[in-house]
Amino acid sequence: MGAYLVRRLVTLPLLLLGISAVSFALLNLAPGDPAEIVLRQRNPGQLPSPAAVAAMRVELGLEAPLPAQYVRWVSQALTGDMGRSYLTEQPVAEQLARRTVPTALLTAVALALALLVAVPMGILSARHRGGALDTSARLAALVGAAAPSYVLAYGLIILFAVKLSWLPALGYGSATQVVLPAIALSLAPMAQLMRLIRASMLETLGQDYIRTARAKGLSEQTVSLRHALRNALLPAIGAIGVNLGYLLSGAVIVETIFTWPGLGQLMVGAALTRDYPMVQGFVTYIAVVVLLVNLAADIALRVADPRLRFGREER
Amino acid sequence: MAVRTQPIGADASAPAIAGGSRRRRRWAALLREPGTALGFFVVATLLLAGLLSPWLPLDDPTKINLTDRLLPPSAENLLGTDHLGRDTFSRVVHGARMTLLAAAATLALSMTIALTVGMLSGYHGGWPDTALMGVVDLLLAFPSLILALAVAGALGPGLFNVLLAAGAVWWVGHARIIRGVTLGARQMEYVMAARAAGAGNLRIILRHIAPNIIGPIIVIASLDVGWIILGIAGLNFLGLGAQPPTPEWGAMLNDARPHLQTAPRLLLLPGAAIFIAVLGFNLLGDGLRDLLDPRTARPGG
Repeated sequence: MGAYLVRRLVTLPLLLLGISAVSFALLNLAPGDPAEIVLRQRNPGQLPSPAAVAAMRVELGLEAPLPAQYVRWVSQALTGDMGRSYLTEQPVAEQLARRTVPTALLTAVALALALLVAVPMGILSARHRGGALDTSARLAALVGAAAPSYVLAYGLIILFAVKLSWLPALGYGSATQVVLPAIALSLAPMAQLMRLIRASMLETLGQDYIRTARAKGLSEQTVSLRHALRNALLPAIGAIGVNLGYLLSGAVIVETIFTWPGLGQLMVGAALTRDYPMVQGFVTYIAVVVLLVNLAADIALRVADPRLRFGREER
Repeated sequence: MAVRTQPIGADASAPAIAGGSRRRRRWAALLREPGTALGFFVVATLLLAGLLSPWLPLDDPTKINLTDRLLPPSAENLLGTDHLGRDTFSRVVHGARMTLLAAAATLALSMTIALTVGMLSGYHGGWPDTALMGVVDLLLAFPSLILALAVAGALGPGLFNVLLAAGAVWWVGHARIIRGVTLGARQMEYVMAARAAGAGNLRIILRHIAPNIIGPIIVIASLDVGWIILGIAGLNFLGLGAQPPTPEWGAMLNDARPHLQTAPRLLLLPGAAIFIAVLGFNLLGDGLRDLLDPRTARPGG
C-alpha cells in the first residue's frame, strides 16, 4: 500500500503538468488572434485597428514565444493566478471559486440521488434475476442511458413547472429549485450505476463464500446485504471517478437550461465568446478535480479491498 | 452510415468460409431478440429517412412563412409549424440526415485516430507505446464533452468545427481497447508463423491482425453511435455547432427554448427524435456485442 501510494503521489505532479500543457496547447493551436477576439468582444461591430491589436497583443503578453507564455501561465497558476477573463476582465480563479459551490451542490445531490436509486434497484434486480422487477429495471436503465439530460430537463420543466406548477423551473437559492436539475442530471449515472451494481452483484452471488453463507442457514437477506453487497459495491466506488466526468459534463448542459449559476454555465458562456483564459482555467480545473477524485477513489478501493493491497502489489 | 454498416458486416462474415452457414444463422438470431430487432428497425428507419429526405415530398425545412407561425398539427403540417412557420415534420425528418452525417463523420475521424494510435501502440510496443499511452492516460482525465466544448469554442461556432472537436476527443478510450486487442493478436502463433515466412509488417497488420480486431471495432462503433449523437446534439444545443436555420435536432431544441410555455411540442419533438435514435443505436449495439464479443460469442475459439 505504501509503495503504491508513493508511486501515485510521485506521478501526480507529472500528470498535473501534462494537464496544464494540454489545456494550454488546446487554445493556442486555435485559429485567430486572441488580441483581435478581445477587441471584437469589447467593441462589438467594430473592426479593431492594427495599432489597437498590436497594443493588445503586448498587454496580453502574446508577443513572448509560446514556451515562455506557457511557463508564465503555469507559474502564475501555481500561485493561484489563472489570468483574467477577456470579456469581464475579472480574475479567472476568483470566478471559478465562486461558481464551484453551486456546481458541487448540484452534482452531490444528483450523485446521492443516483446511488439512492441505483444501489437498491441493482441489488433487487440481481436477486430476482429474470423476474418482472429485473426486466423493468433493466428497461428503465436502457431508457435512462438513452435520454439526453437536455431532453429530460425540458420534459421535467414542461411537466412539473409549466403544466402542474409543483416546482420552480429556474433559478438557484432554495431547496425546491435543486430538485428538477438534480433529477435531470442524475438519470444517466443512475442507469449506468444500476447496470454496474446488478452485474457485479450477480457475479458476487455466484461465489463460493456466498454458497457457504447460504449453507450455514443464513437468510437470503443477510447473505445479500451482509456478505455479497460489500464486494458488489467495490466496482461502484471505482466508477465514481468516471461518473464524476459524466456529472460534470451533464452539469454544463443542465446548468445552462436551469440558469443554475455554476461552473458549467460559466464554461458555456466562455466557450461561446471565445474567452480563452476562462476556458483554459475551467478545463484545467475540471481535469485536476477529476484526477484527484479518481486518485481518492483508487485509494479508497485499496483500503476497502484487501485483495488489491496484497495480491498485485508488484504491478 | 449505410455505407459503413453493411460492408463491415459483410467483411466480418467473409473470412469464415467453412462456418459460413452457422455464421449466417447467428446473424439471423440477432434479429430474433426483440430489443435488437427494435433497434434494427429504428436504425433502418433513420437510415432511410436520412438517405431519402431530400427526395421525399416534404416542405422545404428552411422555408420561412410568417403567416403560418406556431400552427398546431394538422393534415397539412403533420407536426405543426415552428415560430417561423416552418414545417416541423419536415425539419425532424431532415434532422435525421444531419444527425447521421454528423455521427458518421465523427465516428470515422475518431476511429481513424483510435486505430492509428491503438495499432501502433499495440503492434510496435516500446517507447512509442509508452508515450502514446501516456497521452491517452492524460486525456482520460478530461471529461470528453467538456474537452469537446473547449475545442469547439476555440475553433469558433459551426457544425464542422463541432465534428472536428468531437472526433478529436472521442478516440481516447478506444485507442486503449484497440491496443489491447492488437497486442493479443500479435502474440498469436499464426502471426509468428507469418513473420517466420518473411511477411512484412504491413502485410501482417492487414492480413493477420486487422481481421482479429474488426469484431471489437464493430462493437465499439455500434455502441458509440448513441453517445456521439448525444454529444453532438448537446454541443449543437448549446449553440456551438449547427446554426439556424439548419434542421438539426440539437439546434432545433435550442431554437425552441423561448417557446417552452406556448409550444412545448417544438422542444419535445426533436428531443424525442434524439432519444429514439440513441435508444435504437444502443439496442442494436447491445445485440451486436452479444453476437461479436469474443468472450460471449466464441467460447473455445
